[in-house]
Amino acid sequence: GPSGGGPGSRAERRLLPLLSPMAVNYNAKEEADGHPSGVGAAGGRPGACQQQRLPAWQPILTAGTVLPAFFIIGLIFIPIGIGIFVTSNNIREYEIDYTGTDSSSPCNKCLNMSWNSTPPCTCTINFTLDHPFETNVFMYYGLSNFYQNHRRYVKSRDDSQLNGDNSSLLNPSKECEPYRTSEGKPIAPCGAIANSMFNDTLELFRIDNETRIPVVLNKKGIAWWTDKNVKFRNPSGNAHNLTALFQGTTKPVNWPKPVYMLDSEADNNGFINEDFIVWMRTAALPTFRKLYRLIERENNLQPTLQAGKYSLDITYNYPVHSFDGRKRMILSTISWMGGKNPFLGIAYITVGSICFFLGVVLLVIHHKYGNRNNSADIPN
Amino acid sequence: MDCSLIRTLINRYCAGEENWVDNRTIYVGHREPPLGTEAYIPQRYPDNRIVSSKYTFWNFVPKNLFEQFRRIANFYFLIIFLVQLIIDTPTSPVTSGLPLFFVITVTAIKQGYEDWLRHKADNAMNQCPVHFIQHGKLVRKQSRKLRVGDIVMVKEDETFPCDLIFLASSRGDGTCFVTTASLDGESSHKTYCAVQDTKAFHNEQDIDALHATIECEQPQPDLYKFVGRINVYHDSNEPIVRPLGSENLLLRGATLKNTERIFGVAIYTGMETKMALNYQSKSQKRSAVEKSMNVFLIVYLCILISKAIINTVMKYIWQSDPAHDEPWYNEKTESERKRNLILRAFTDFLAFMVLFNYIIPVSMYVTVEMQKFLGSYFLTWDEEMFDEDTGEGPLVNTSDLNEELGQVEYVFTDKTGTLTENNMEFVECCIEGHVYIPHVICNGQILHDCTGIDMIDSSPGGSGKEREELFFRALCLCHTVQVKEDDNVDGVKKAQLSGRSCVYISSSPDEVALVEGVQRLGYTYLRLKDKFMEILNPKNDIERFELLEILSFDSVRRRMSVIVQSMSGDIFLFCKGADSSVFPRVTEGKIDQIRSRVERNAVEGLRTLCVAYKKFTHKEYDGVHRLLQNAKLALHDREKKLAEAYEQIEKNLILLGATAVEDQLQEKAADTIEALQKAGIKVWVLTGDKMETAAATCYACKLFRRNTQLLELTTKKIEEQSLHDVLFDLSKTVLKHSGSLTRDNFSGLSADMQDYGLIIDGAALSLIMKPREDGNSGNYRELFLEICRNCSAVLCCRMAPLQKAQIVKLIKLSKEHPITLAIGDGANDVSMILEAHVGIGITGKEGRQAARNSDYAIPKFKHLKKMLLVHGHFYYVRISELVQYFFYKNVCFIFPQFLYQFFCGFSQQPLYDTAYLTLYNISFTSLPILLYSLMEQHVSIDMLKREPSLYRDIAKNALLRWRVFIYWTFLGLFDAVVFFFGAYFLFDNTTVASNGQMFGNWTFGTLVFTVLVFTVTLKLALDTHYWTWINHFVIWGSLLFYIIFSLLWGGIIWPFLNYQRMYYVFMQMLSSGPAWLGIILLITVSLLPDVLKKVLCRQLWPTATERTQKSMKHKTTLNALANSDGPLLEGTLSASEA
Repeated sequence: GPSGGGPGSRAERRLLPLLSPMAVNYNAKEEADGHPSGVGAAGGRPGACQQQRLPAWQPILTAGTVLPAFFIIGLIFIPIGIGIFVTSNNIREYEIDYTGTDSSSPCNKCLNMSWNSTPPCTCTINFTLDHPFETNVFMYYGLSNFYQNHRRYVKSRDDSQLNGDNSSLLNPSKECEPYRTSEGKPIAPCGAIANSMFNDTLELFRIDNETRIPVVLNKKGIAWWTDKNVKFRNPSGNAHNLTALFQGTTKPVNWPKPVYMLDSEADNNGFINEDFIVWMRTAALPTFRKLYRLIERENNLQPTLQAGKYSLDITYNYPVHSFDGRKRMILSTISWMGGKNPFLGIAYITVGSICFFLGVVLLVIHHKYGNRNNSADIPN
Repeated sequence: MDCSLIRTLINRYCAGEENWVDNRTIYVGHREPPLGTEAYIPQRYPDNRIVSSKYTFWNFVPKNLFEQFRRIANFYFLIIFLVQLIIDTPTSPVTSGLPLFFVITVTAIKQGYEDWLRHKADNAMNQCPVHFIQHGKLVRKQSRKLRVGDIVMVKEDETFPCDLIFLASSRGDGTCFVTTASLDGESSHKTYCAVQDTKAFHNEQDIDALHATIECEQPQPDLYKFVGRINVYHDSNEPIVRPLGSENLLLRGATLKNTERIFGVAIYTGMETKMALNYQSKSQKRSAVEKSMNVFLIVYLCILISKAIINTVMKYIWQSDPAHDEPWYNEKTESERKRNLILRAFTDFLAFMVLFNYIIPVSMYVTVEMQKFLGSYFLTWDEEMFDEDTGEGPLVNTSDLNEELGQVEYVFTDKTGTLTENNMEFVECCIEGHVYIPHVICNGQILHDCTGIDMIDSSPGGSGKEREELFFRALCLCHTVQVKEDDNVDGVKKAQLSGRSCVYISSSPDEVALVEGVQRLGYTYLRLKDKFMEILNPKNDIERFELLEILSFDSVRRRMSVIVQSMSGDIFLFCKGADSSVFPRVTEGKIDQIRSRVERNAVEGLRTLCVAYKKFTHKEYDGVHRLLQNAKLALHDREKKLAEAYEQIEKNLILLGATAVEDQLQEKAADTIEALQKAGIKVWVLTGDKMETAAATCYACKLFRRNTQLLELTTKKIEEQSLHDVLFDLSKTVLKHSGSLTRDNFSGLSADMQDYGLIIDGAALSLIMKPREDGNSGNYRELFLEICRNCSAVLCCRMAPLQKAQIVKLIKLSKEHPITLAIGDGANDVSMILEAHVGIGITGKEGRQAARNSDYAIPKFKHLKKMLLVHGHFYYVRISELVQYFFYKNVCFIFPQFLYQFFCGFSQQPLYDTAYLTLYNISFTSLPILLYSLMEQHVSIDMLKREPSLYRDIAKNALLRWRVFIYWTFLGLFDAVVFFFGAYFLFDNTTVASNGQMFGNWTFGTLVFTVLVFTVTLKLALDTHYWTWINHFVIWGSLLFYIIFSLLWGGIIWPFLNYQRMYYVFMQMLSSGPAWLGIILLITVSLLPDVLKKVLCRQLWPTATERTQKSMKHKTTLNALANSDGPLLEGTLSASEA
């Protein structure tokens, strides 16, 4: 039959064609090639990708495929878990809460001390280690109910200032408010974090026949190497005269002394003071511990800390009672996997066992139902 | 005949009088009517401009922005961005402003470009030249300048530029031929008549002298209805008034054929033409996936708001203790203290919103857009959908609906040009039980000396030969075919000498096929000249028959007859008609043999006609003549009387034989329909064609099968019974069957079950759709829908273009809200293409309107199979995973932040660094899912084609159901809890470094984030069933990128940043053994439930898809075993399977 074709098409373009760009491209390509694309003409032939026929690996997850994986996971995880668990259990850890909330505690007298009380309140807590600490011992202080991860707190710092930028030193970032300036002078280091730096002093003595033998506490190596050497820098200038470098700034409100008097040693003073750096790394959770000192093993004959009586001398400056906080001192040895943490080992053992169990369940299901399905499939 | 025509016109006109409130008066050629006639209120008409563009140069920016921000997602992101600008929030405004700006700009550019294309097309349309007459001269002007009242000249093969009243034609009898293929799909030539009083005007001057006015109704969309009148003024006389009907109205979009030129006066222009009124505006179509996405979006918005509210409330409860609100170490600034409590609380709420806003990621919208845009290339690239004949491949006009192709439940297909080639061919004839097939030579037996006729049965005897000749003559004579005059005098000779076919024109393509077929059998119809029909017989003699009467065809009798007198003086009546209307009137002939043949052919999908004859004596003929004459002259009930006369004449016939004409089906049409039905898709045929023709096609393309019981809901039946009764009867029939059997979902496989096919025509449909006076039309519709639902196939014939759209709409809005797809090739299909959820155009013969207005265009109907079953399936599976995965990964991402608020005093402290927050969706986890959503093939292409039933697995938005959505959400929550508390217990009050140093909050966040990125990427890896090298590259590459980025980000003191919190955090974390162990453990635990669920579901309740995957695997394993050097990768799998 005759068709009304060609000319008819001219008539109506009211609802035009949303010729999408790709359609246009396609047509344009045809014209450019001079032959219709898509036909097996050389050069114009679309590749396997365009035809969605790229060679491919087509895995499917069936009970059969997954079974061995479950067993393998089970077989790997359980020993790892046991290893971690044993390691964790071998770690020695000793913790003392010296907040002094308990009226019997020697530090109870210092509980309501404020920042600036002079002379500082001191207290001594005696304790006994039942087992020797054989390897290097790490001394931590721990705080509870202290929200170092509060947003207002976390951002209240100026990393440029801490990195030794001179303009930031004198003009700290707005983020430091309300700890940005004091008495018209910029605070160095500014911000809430620096202002609230932990300032209790902890000293450890071994009591050997009524004599107090001080345990050597090493204050270096407690901060990340990169923090100490790269991220934190004193303002540029003569490194031996820190006082001059911090000219024009004032100390944080709560500090008893300015930042350039944190330590007597030049390489541990100012912004690169390791206690300060450790404090500046805000903790993830409201209960946290921070590395305070290292007790290195002196010789191979003796354990680092022998079993026996010890006493902890505390210069109690840091008030935590107002926010129901707690202060602790922790002595811990360290293994390759860090401090004592039973979670990881137990989790590995549990997950490994679950996988193994699931493997068995799947095996049963696979045998019971898999064959039925297979046989049903064969006619296909 | 003329008389009755005018009478019906007058009837129509009079009937229309009372509701003819609003009409228009047109001064032909803008000549004022003489004084003294009624004064008309001048009206303003639009010019002939067609406008499809949305924007102008000036309103583009505001209008486009307005439209874009009307999208709920864009508006949300804008609000978040503004909040970040105004208040102190945990994250920088850049993190949300930049992506938003990007999205808005890209969309604006795309829409601007599309509108520019529309402007260009409009201009081309509006500026194409038109001839019209001004002061007696022919003038060329741009089409858009055409005004109502202008007199236009149109030449052969041109389309009419607007709706015209036909004034004069170059043909002597004042008629012209027109094809309305692009309007209603009928490609046959239709005859239109010029106005009686003006048809004599043949040149410009004559026409220009015409002084007339036309009164007509205001434009309305019905193509077949028009009422008006013309007043022709002569110098002094009273004006002559003539009624105008639709046979005087030439419609815009139709094409002039076989007529040198015509003159007409414009009455409807531009957007008021019937064609323009018949097209609905192209509204934005939204896919089901997009709708689900919006629902999920709202769910997540609620989650987000409730999270923010919970946290705000908790914050103020927690802060009621002053030690918490403002401890000495963390004091507020003066201004913060002074702030009003309510304002503070509201600010906090907004800050929480901003902190958690990533749960609704901008990047999802970008990724979805990119996926759709890039993914649609696979369609255009597909070699298998490329048609070599036309040199065209599929076109994608909108990529928004890709996934909808995988959700189709109803396919509405046009017949002519879509299912069929629109090419009638004479296939065989059966004379006296002997079958003749032209152009097939079988056993070298050739009948007579004419080429290409073959006789299957044994040679007929002597009397058979006589009947056979009579049969061929009957076919040559009993028709209303015209011979195209172009071949004028030479044509006859040429036809004679070279055997070249004459060009036949008829309103029925079957007749043309028959006449052409007989010509191949040696009998050529030459022409009708002075009441004599001339036939060239096989012996090259011209036989002349005097045409005495034509008992014309009508759809009630379904037959036509001619009475002719041969040169020898014998008078014959030849009758040709549908078997059902011929057999009862036959008294002689080999009825049984022919009937069985006819029935066989009908089931094959051939259009069959029976031919019978009768010989009259002169005396008998006189009686017949008188009978007819009386009937024709009757003033009352003329039609009824004529019908009675025909009834009387056409009886006691002698059956000669039957013919079979094939409306050639498109290649693989039946195969395609079968596959679609197996896929659970209901196929409806909507056509403007006659019922018989359409039904034959339905048989041919296996829509109706041999055992399908046909239910008819046609005008004829409704005339016999009331609509009410017919509907109730049908529903009873259908429901009885469905009640006794549980509803079978595999209609494609239910060969042994009773199948119902429904046939409905346009008039019956409009009755059903028409609201009843008592206002409960819904009843009929519901009943009708119920019947349709229980029929395996539905055929709608005699449909006007808008009715096609109506029926699509009816189904679309029925209570299951099925996804509909309309496919067609002509302009008459445009409205249904626009109405359906997905509109597909065939880039076929009938112009390109359909293709242009469609969402997708394909070269052939058969390509629909791959388009739906393969591409649609893939698109759907891919995008639904994309959507679910996006929400999942952002739950995993944000929920730990929510949990962290409980441990940081509800201070909105972000868990992750800003860089991680920004880049998580943009670079760490974006590419793998984008690639997945482009490449994934859970089942191979060949398998999808082979097993259409797999399509059922994803029907009804299966992968985005609430159950699935909730599963993904809970998986996300579980993973988030695992990440957060895993890290929490790992970090809980202890050191994880072997040097005893402590990690801070950023290390904590980085650990969670690392686990998150790995888990989320590996989860996708587990979902990937099709690993090409690109997948490997992107998945492992993006994990590697994360590591490299983190190393770099933490490795340098970045001078432009005012914080250095990430410095060396990542490296320090990697240097710690427990962190590694923790990461591995947490990833394993997070992935475990999903793996378990997958395996168990596959094992215990496998879907069809999963079974297919397995059997595929099985086959490849067997192959691998057969060839020792089979694919290595299978080895491990097959081993475990065994």
